[in-house]
Amino acid sequence: MMFVPGNNPGMMADAHIYGPDSIMLDLEDSVTMAEKDAARLLVHNALKSIDYGGTEMVVRINPLNTPYGKKDVEAVVKAGVDVIRMPKTETADEVRELEAEILKVETEIGRVGETKIMAAIESALGIVNAFEIATASKRMMGIALGAEDYSANLKTNRTPGGAELLLARETIVVAARAAGIACFDTVYSNLDDMETFRKEVELIKTLGFDGKSIINPRQIEVVNSVFTPTEKEINKARAVVAAIKEAQAKGSGVIAVNGKMVDRPVVLRAERTIALAIAAGVISEEEAL
Amino acid sequence: MRNTKLVSLEEAIRRSGLKDGMTISFHHHFRGGDKVVNMVVDKLAEMGFKDLKLAASSLSDVHAPLIEHIKSGVITGISTSGLRGELADAISHGLMAEPVVFRSHGGRGSAIANGELKIDVAFLGASSSDELGNATGHGSKSICGSLGYALPDARYAKHVVVLTDELVDYPNMPQSISAADVESVVVVESVGDSSKISSGAIRDSKNPRDILLAKQAAKVIINSGYFKDGFSIQTGTGGASLAAVKYIREEMISRGIKASFALGGITAHMVKLHEEGLIGKLIDVQSFDKVAAESIAKDPLHQEVSAVEYASGQHLGSATHALDIVILSALEVDTQFNVNVLVGSDGIIRGAIGGHQDTAADSALSIIVCPLLRGRIPCVVPKVTTLITPGKSVDVVVTEYGIAVNPARPEIAELLKEAGLNIVDIKDLAAKAKSIIGTPDPLPFGDKVVGIVMNRDGSVLDKIYNVNEL
Amino acid sequence: MALKEAIAGTLESGDIMVTIGPGKGLQVNLQSSVAAQFGRQIKAVITETLEGLGIQDAQVDAIDKGALDCTIRARVTAAAVRATGKDVWKD
Repeated sequence: MMFVPGNNPGMMADAHIYGPDSIMLDLEDSVTMAEKDAARLLVHNALKSIDYGGTEMVVRINPLNTPYGKKDVEAVVKAGVDVIRMPKTETADEVRELEAEILKVETEIGRVGETKIMAAIESALGIVNAFEIATASKRMMGIALGAEDYSANLKTNRTPGGAELLLARETIVVAARAAGIACFDTVYSNLDDMETFRKEVELIKTLGFDGKSIINPRQIEVVNSVFTPTEKEINKARAVVAAIKEAQAKGSGVIAVNGKMVDRPVVLRAERTIALAIAAGVISEEEAL
Repeated sequence: MRNTKLVSLEEAIRRSGLKDGMTISFHHHFRGGDKVVNMVVDKLAEMGFKDLKLAASSLSDVHAPLIEHIKSGVITGISTSGLRGELADAISHGLMAEPVVFRSHGGRGSAIANGELKIDVAFLGASSSDELGNATGHGSKSICGSLGYALPDARYAKHVVVLTDELVDYPNMPQSISAADVESVVVVESVGDSSKISSGAIRDSKNPRDILLAKQAAKVIINSGYFKDGFSIQTGTGGASLAAVKYIREEMISRGIKASFALGGITAHMVKLHEEGLIGKLIDVQSFDKVAAESIAKDPLHQEVSAVEYASGQHLGSATHALDIVILSALEVDTQFNVNVLVGSDGIIRGAIGGHQDTAADSALSIIVCPLLRGRIPCVVPKVTTLITPGKSVDVVVTEYGIAVNPARPEIAELLKEAGLNIVDIKDLAAKAKSIIGTPDPLPFGDKVVGIVMNRDGSVLDKIYNVNEL
Repeated sequence: MALKEAIAGTLESGDIMVTIGPGKGLQVNLQSSVAAQFGRQIKAVITETLEGLGIQDAQVDAIDKGALDCTIRARVTAAAVRATGKDVWKD
């Protein structure tokens, strides 16, 4: 998920050419108070006019308790945004409030139920309520960590190793998995240190995250290379998937690869590997069969 | 020394026998820092010359003072590889009665060698010279490295004047311009602003779009079938071109592939690969930065060549004939793969042919790298504003929205598709550009011919018309 | 509709800076790096956007840096909203 400032038309025009899975146009922290109105119009018109191909379009709105939040919802829902990212989410009630706002606009334009929600958790209270937030709405497609505000709220600083974020990260992954939705890690802002960035991406992949937020196209390659399964992993996964088919064909409940019985978690992991390989474009959907 | 050729500029001009209506020539190795053209033409104007034809290897922003000399009739004809800045703007608006003749570097070399472009007096700036005229692109005041574009002038002009700001003891060896070709030597305060002649270290582009284009270009090369041991390559100096070298280098190392030579304008990037043993030899018509300029002086496998040896279409020995791969830029490419590198989208001249025609025509694989859009300006268009390099010599066009392969090269398209690259029809690229920016209105061209674009074989390719103010 | 002078947009590449003030009829003064090819279209987008907002009298000065139509619409609307004090979104 690539962050793009919502008041920068030059960057918004072709952000999709770098191939991020999703683009998050930002109306919140990257836009000054004096430019909130102009950025909102810019994002509205860009969403309506620019062909972003298959890229999922997310807009980070201002909190609903600011003078900007509700107008942001109206502007982006009317422009047909895929996902609204709600910043600084702390309780399930806030999610339901946003859901009501979205529904109001959707009803007006006759497009009910199309807009999804992503909640960014950026405080200790948000982490404590993570599962309730994750399950607060049927529209909730994922939860994400906002580490800058979170570490400030904890009264600590961000470090290269990320020890201060460990509990938050694990909590978010666990809450997302329990709720059956996606989870995304926070941004890494030092563009000149690709090594530490790569280590961070490797860490969050190990923790179980589905993706990483990025601030520059140059970071995409690192994320993709970490998240793309290796040929060995893909071949192993294919063998498992083939075995499932074979078992199904035989009407057998027992799945075996190379004579060894395969447990259900292995099957799930194999399916996820294939899905990631398809998403990364390493193999086509036909090849996966 | 008894037979000194040392004289003042005025005396050199008098000795040369220059008369009204004759052709004078200059090189552009001092690039944006050049002081020679303005200095000499100022002097010619002061001495009362009229109706001179100026044959430069190229002209740039710094030559705006020529506008006054054109208005006063001192200069009535220009031939060059390119024009930029105020001079280009004025000429595009119809400053000159006679159209400017544009030739590629190889085309100019050929035209001089075969007598089509006759030079009466060549005024050649040099970073150092001895008093007999052994001259080089190396000096303590300025350094430009190769003097490749000046060498045809030195050899074929009827009369040669070397201008230098550093007189050194005889013999100045090894020399680029030989004393045998030189009639006069003039010592001047400065031949050029060294800070604008060559810059220092390698700076990698951080522009994400350049990086994207560079990676795609590198993938095209690596999967083209021409990327094998002993290959040869030429690249431009644009951000994407330079960044592509970085990715090609990584792949050369990982596959154990070495290049036999790199050609053309040589950059610090190429010198680095050469010094790492990845490129055997450097053939240098123009040293683009200080690293390249210093390398050519000390490294016997880094050789200077003249524009004729570099890229003449009429001399079989020219280096472009042996070139496998070239990466080039473009202002516009059209759906017939024709390329324009000279005239901007507003109809104003703002570029140079350089070696574009030559390398595209002679290389085995020519790759054009350009964004689909520059702001609201489309780079893939239905028809180029001005034809510079004919589509038949262009093989692949790399944009951020996909890669188009000339239908004449289906085998390359096949290889690139197999490698998983996004191969698209060039007409789809033009349509994509149109869908984003709309259809441009026709340019407000007038009916006066201000420029003639020559093909490298000496035939006329296209004409450039004047632009009317809106 | 009463207008006070207002500005929106920047001089960054891909943007357009639009100044709207009181005027008689719609007067559009455009400065653009792509004026030759797109000046007519840019002016048309500006005029249509203002008419869509019910503004018939205004002096518009626009400095364009290669903005796409959607950006032009957004900037003109933002300047108009600031000039009239009347937003396009609900409060």
